[in-house]
Amino acid sequence: MAEAQNPPAGANTSGSIAVAGESTVATRMSAAPSFDVADFPVPHGREEEWRFTPLDRLKGLHDGSAEASGSVKAEISAPDEVTVESVGREDARLGRAGAPIDRVAAQAYSSFERATVVTVPKEAVLDEPIRVGLHGQGGVTYGHTVFELKQFAEAVIVIDHTGDTVRSANVEFVLGDGAKLTVVSVQDWDDTAVHCSQHNALVGRDATFKSVVVTFGGDLVRLNPRVSYTGPGGEAELYGLFFTDNGQHQEHRLLVDHDTPNCRSNVAYKGALQGADAHAVWIGDVIIRKDAAGTDTYELNRNLVLTDGARVDSVPNLEIETGEIVGAGHASATGRFEDEQLFYLMSRGISADEARRLVVRGFFAELVQQIGLPDLQERLIAKIDAELEASVA
Amino acid sequence: MATLEIHDLHVSVNTEGGPEQILRGVDLTVKQGETHAIMGPNGSGKSTLAYSLAGHPKYTITGGTVTLDGEDVLEMSVDERARAGLFLAMQYPVEVPGVSVSNFLRTAATATRGEAPKLRTWVKEVKEAMARLQMDPSFAERNVNEGFSGGEKKRHEILQLELLQPKIAVLDETDSGLDVDALRVVSEGVNRVREGGDVGTLLITHYTRILRYIKPDQVHVFAKGRIAESGGAELADKLEAEGYEQYVKGGTST
Repeated sequence: MAEAQNPPAGANTSGSIAVAGESTVATRMSAAPSFDVADFPVPHGREEEWRFTPLDRLKGLHDGSAEASGSVKAEISAPDEVTVESVGREDARLGRAGAPIDRVAAQAYSSFERATVVTVPKEAVLDEPIRVGLHGQGGVTYGHTVFELKQFAEAVIVIDHTGDTVRSANVEFVLGDGAKLTVVSVQDWDDTAVHCSQHNALVGRDATFKSVVVTFGGDLVRLNPRVSYTGPGGEAELYGLFFTDNGQHQEHRLLVDHDTPNCRSNVAYKGALQGADAHAVWIGDVIIRKDAAGTDTYELNRNLVLTDGARVDSVPNLEIETGEIVGAGHASATGRFEDEQLFYLMSRGISADEARRLVVRGFFAELVQQIGLPDLQERLIAKIDAELEASVA
Repeated sequence: MATLEIHDLHVSVNTEGGPEQILRGVDLTVKQGETHAIMGPNGSGKSTLAYSLAGHPKYTITGGTVTLDGEDVLEMSVDERARAGLFLAMQYPVEVPGVSVSNFLRTAATATRGEAPKLRTWVKEVKEAMARLQMDPSFAERNVNEGFSGGEKKRHEILQLELLQPKIAVLDETDSGLDVDALRVVSEGVNRVREGGDVGTLLITHYTRILRYIKPDQVHVFAKGRIAESGGAELADKLEAEGYEQYVKGGTST
């Protein structure tokens, strides 16, 4: 059930489906996951996991030269029943959702001084979102945050990233049995910021994890959203949208690790690009392991190139180690905003910029409508409008 | 009174083998309230005239002038032409995925009217215009031209004509591919706009069939990139009887 369409020039899409006894996703990495930065060699740029990333723009996050020198102003607001704690490195609740998979993530884990642990107690159903504002105030920063939902808890978390910093920070989402979490992470950085982050979600039995990643800003943003399951019946939906502008590098590398029977996952990322040297990378890895019978998974990436000079690399990978599944598929396609579409809209009096905004808004709206939370959808559309007003003019 | 004046228009199109001259000196004046039919065989340059007037980038103006109320149309960008009052109903309208008809119409109306139409009256206006064209209300929520049948595309073009109220409307083979019922509905739409008396219409067609529904004031025969003969509605009857043969073979073009 794979679909791989041929993209036009300026885009690169290569998908693969492997049926194998050994995971190539694991062997493609240059080192095994580890919490210690010393376990990873300094990347030189030709490694599979680094080959799309301009290392010189990581400002030393990858080679140990970036010492913590800056600060991020953090604001957290949460309903009363939620606990927010600042904890030391040795806290046993850190690192449960997965170890760093590359040197930059390990650098963050080896460098943070205090971590934040946010806990939603058992069976608590929050009527207001937990809001986290992280505003970069310059310099290099590292961080670590754990969000834990105990059994049957339900919550929405909105994380906003703004300002300027060079940052590597990992985030864990630990979902107890039957818990329901929607998390929205908005990367609305200044155009000078660098942001790398591994998002590890551990989805409990019959739990539902919904992630919405929105990347607009930054000079370089590189995110690794990853999901694994601790019991059957878990569901993960990973949505993303990105608008990659002049000179920006925005990279989203996803992994859904189906290691447990009867779990579902659905991945849908959409990106629009415009301007010279805008570069977006989307890697979608899904592994269905031998024991994960009854898995149902689909991943999709769609990109829209608005102007010449932008580049997309889109690589879906699906590895299947068992045939006893409900469904597995992927699709990736990159299209251009065609001159004929532009002509049609302009022939109705609509300016070229307005025409682009109209098309991108529509392109993203299709994805936003799938998210299924009306309040959130409205806010996302407003955010998209603001981004388009600012960048397509 | 709005007047479109085309004078000695020469247009070439860029092909792989280099530029190819299509229009070779077109002269035509269309005034508000008038309807001109342009008829001609395939390849005579009818559609090139339509797209050149709208400003399609594929075509290069190599000579002549086009003015609308004295303003130089050829100097204007595509959207400026539309805002100045030119409208082109296309033969093959393109799909615009992700953009709903209702959003598109409102954006276009806002652009051509210079301000956003008041939401309440606008919704009513669109609803009524759609009903007149026998379009289902659900149409407004579909994406522009995506999955539309040939007839739906043409209705959608005429819907825009009714809502955008241009000074000069160019209808490029709006009748092609329509069955009789759809042709009647679409023609009635065009006639409603014409009856307002504010629009000058340039009706481009290969067949005389549509002229039974939309009565032209003048008929022009297009051949080899220019107007070969002009006359009243009776010229269409002659074409119906004799076809284009004499224009294709004859020495009307140099």
